[in-house]
Amino acid sequence: MTGILSLMLAVPLVAALACLFVSASGARWIALAGTLIDFALGIVLWANYDIGGAQWQFVEYAPVFSRFAWALGIDGIALMLIMLSVFLMPICIVASWTSIEKRVPEYMAAFLLMETLMIGVFMAQDIFLFYIFFEAGLIPMFLIIGIWGGANRIYASYKFFLYTLVGSLLMLVAMLWMVNFAGTTSIPKLLATDFPAQAQTWLWLAFFASFAVKMPMWPVHTWLPDAHVQAPTAGSVILAGVLLKLGGYGFVRFSLPMFPEASNEFFWLVMGLSMVAIVYTSLVALVQNDMKKLIAYSSVAHMAFVTIGIFAFNRQGLEGALIVMLSHGLVSGALFLCVGVIYDRLHTREIDRYGGLANNMPAYAVLFLLFTMASVGLPGTGGFVGEFLSLIGSYRASSLVGAVATTGIILGAAYMLYLYWRVAYGTSRNPDAAAMPDLNARELVSLGAIAAVVLWMGIYPESFLAPMRNDVGLLMARVERAAPSGDAHLAKSSNVPAASAAHETAAEGAHH
Amino acid sequence: MGESLALTLPEIILTVGAIVLMLAAAFAGDRHARTITWAAIGVLALAAAWVPGIATAGGVAFDGLFVADSFAAFAKVLVYIAAAAALVAANGWFGRAGDYRAEYPVLILLSSIGMGMMVSAGDLLTLYVGLELQSLAAYVLASFQRTDNRSAEAGLKYFVLGALASGILLYGVSLLYGFTGSTLFGDVSVALQNDGVSTGELFGIVFVLAGIAFKVSAVPFHMWTPDVYEGAPTPVTAFFASAPKVAAMALLTRVAIEGMGPATFEWRQIVIFMALASTILGGVAAIGQPNIKRLLAYSSINNVGFALIGLAAANREGVSAILFYMAVYVAMTVGSFLIVLRMRDEAGEPVETIASLSGLSRTNKPLAAAMAIFMFSLAGIPPLFGFWPKFLVFDAAVRADLTWLAAVGIVTSAISAFYYLKIVKTMYFDEPAPAYGPTADVPQTILIAAAALFVSPLGYLAIPLIQPLADNAASALF
Repeated sequence: MTGILSLMLAVPLVAALACLFVSASGARWIALAGTLIDFALGIVLWANYDIGGAQWQFVEYAPVFSRFAWALGIDGIALMLIMLSVFLMPICIVASWTSIEKRVPEYMAAFLLMETLMIGVFMAQDIFLFYIFFEAGLIPMFLIIGIWGGANRIYASYKFFLYTLVGSLLMLVAMLWMVNFAGTTSIPKLLATDFPAQAQTWLWLAFFASFAVKMPMWPVHTWLPDAHVQAPTAGSVILAGVLLKLGGYGFVRFSLPMFPEASNEFFWLVMGLSMVAIVYTSLVALVQNDMKKLIAYSSVAHMAFVTIGIFAFNRQGLEGALIVMLSHGLVSGALFLCVGVIYDRLHTREIDRYGGLANNMPAYAVLFLLFTMASVGLPGTGGFVGEFLSLIGSYRASSLVGAVATTGIILGAAYMLYLYWRVAYGTSRNPDAAAMPDLNARELVSLGAIAAVVLWMGIYPESFLAPMRNDVGLLMARVERAAPSGDAHLAKSSNVPAASAAHETAAEGAHH
Repeated sequence: MGESLALTLPEIILTVGAIVLMLAAAFAGDRHARTITWAAIGVLALAAAWVPGIATAGGVAFDGLFVADSFAAFAKVLVYIAAAAALVAANGWFGRAGDYRAEYPVLILLSSIGMGMMVSAGDLLTLYVGLELQSLAAYVLASFQRTDNRSAEAGLKYFVLGALASGILLYGVSLLYGFTGSTLFGDVSVALQNDGVSTGELFGIVFVLAGIAFKVSAVPFHMWTPDVYEGAPTPVTAFFASAPKVAAMALLTRVAIEGMGPATFEWRQIVIFMALASTILGGVAAIGQPNIKRLLAYSSINNVGFALIGLAAANREGVSAILFYMAVYVAMTVGSFLIVLRMRDEAGEPVETIASLSGLSRTNKPLAAAMAIFMFSLAGIPPLFGFWPKFLVFDAAVRADLTWLAAVGIVTSAISAFYYLKIVKTMYFDEPAPAYGPTADVPQTILIAAAALFVSPLGYLAIPLIQPLADNAASALF
């Protein structure tokens, strides 16, 4: 199976080049074929992945660049994120089938290039190769937002590009320092390097600058609503579905295992920002009139569950964070598709223009409800599994964080159900909204496919957790030495004397 | 003596070639300007062919005045390539207006001789002679379209400011000679080593650096650049932005490392200031420019700033990074200017506004794609190859324990990314402006395509070829 990773990178790239030389309909079919082949290769990859086997599998190594190498390899975490990407890509192409009319060959080429770069990020085993893939994704996304976006697309594309660029640049300097210190560019070797605690602080901050913007974390999230609102539907799907996961992947792959002491040092920074994000952006989402903006803010809130889970320093938190990443990738992608479906019909994202869609679009209403519930975290959907695990993890790290984060679930239910109510229930407010036809076969297939996976993840999450279990274990072993002690302990065990001492002091205080 | 002459064979070939072509130009007249241009390209190729052999033999000619080492060889080949590209550019550009004359290739050849001497200089006087030979030819080239007021103004400005810079440089040379007792780089270095850096020597160093900084157009000696670049005929601008920059940068590196090595601590502060000032000013000042040539002028200032970060590192990696930087920079700059040469309206008149690029991606897809590659590459966004030399420069800074400089420098690169993006935005997002007139210059098209391929991600495959050469060249200075 050696070479399958390179093949997966090559297929979309070749298809992208081919797209540039054909007509619009030719480009659509080439893009669909390219992404489907990659999805098929992804399934082969998953089927051949040896769960519980070597940490890094399908390894490829070719030192063709002298200073860094074409080094690829995946662990379970990367495998799952690659699957997410290759699964969403054909759906994106299908979603753009008729809604994109101008400059189709370039559009398809940009998406295929995007696919190569995204899965390249997850596959890279060389730190500079990682950086190149990570940063290169800016170019196609810049073009996608800027050429095919909405009215204010130019502002949004600049903001997206410059925000993420500034974040990443400092990370490059940190990488240079690390490679200089460790004498290797290989990520597995760097993972085994213990950096001095003093340096870790700076390195952690440099990586944080990049991943926090990408994630995005409050307060550097402001590019996201703009980018989402202006991007075409498929662009939003990829942005929410995969690009935001690059930040989480970066935290899991670099920040936490490479700088455990610094991660502990900045525990409250991450938790503080995440708590603000959960509460604040949820409240902001509650008052939005623009559907895409609402979902964009909900993404910021959901991503905060990921950061909380990752930096909780325990298995539940980390596994929860990874599942949230996967389920949010699917659910938010599906929600943007849902918005796209009605946007294509009415050409507005104003929530007030819709209403009562359950009457004339029953199939749409059912699927939209499913994804709304998955976003809220209803048991039986992937959202529940991830958020629940993440909350358990955060509670073990700090009960305060656990308590604040849980309010996010309630607020999430509020804004999502409020959105659903305004769009689907009641009577239609506009005759043109009432006349919209239900899903066509194309839309039904793409939304149906995501719905099936969301339910699968909710009912039997073991399929998704199993490949990652080993890697989470290795990561936990690595960071154990720096884990914060946490404040949630069983009353029966070690805390008894302390608790009784506190009790006595309190009694004494009352006595005086 | 014979050995010394053998080491200067490329310069001799160029000199003889220039003289023969000058005679040919005088007798055959301007009608044969094109043939003479191709002949000049042939002369450059012939000279370049001798360079590597001489570098392997290595050696010092004329008792140390002239050094033919691998460092000089790398820079020379690069300079010759850039000069040849400028000739190809001119061949397609001038003709239309009927103002192309056979002196142009001869002047480029003379300038190339000067540049070859600059990069091979082992003595402050060789340095000065080479610099002047290069500059005098350049002053004439800047005002080559003598009927055009802007061109004449550019030539005059360049000459006055260039003369001032030469004066400053000579003053520095005389101070260094006075306080160290020699003009040979080696002896100056020994003198600095032996008794530390005296105040007089420090002044000498500062003046020499200031004089050369003018030639590389590093801030604060950059003022002439936008005006001259805008006024000079576009092929000449392409030349100014590429070959002389390479030569001056290599010269600066050699003087700083070989001649003033023991005073690294002193000159490093100056270089760091110039580097950061150049990257910041080159980034900020370009934002409001409506003229593409002025914008590219600021872009060259910006790029020089990054190359200077490699010099500030003052280690082997830094020198190697500078050379690599200049190699990629030449491809990006020449490529961009070749596209500017294509910007003509229906009547064939050159247009220079950025606004005229609007919607180029719809009127001329390949040209827009090539320009986008150059712009993203100049901005240093991976996976384009322009990222790699920046990477090397910052890596050198980190290795020299100047991590803070790398961090500040890299953040300033985000400023310049803004205006490169603006050009991409103009070409891809805006509604089309009137299309450019048709052009059918095949050699230029080939050059644009070759440069675009080199700075595309395929360029990374060239790293194993260029890196050993650059490393080897850098070792010659240490």
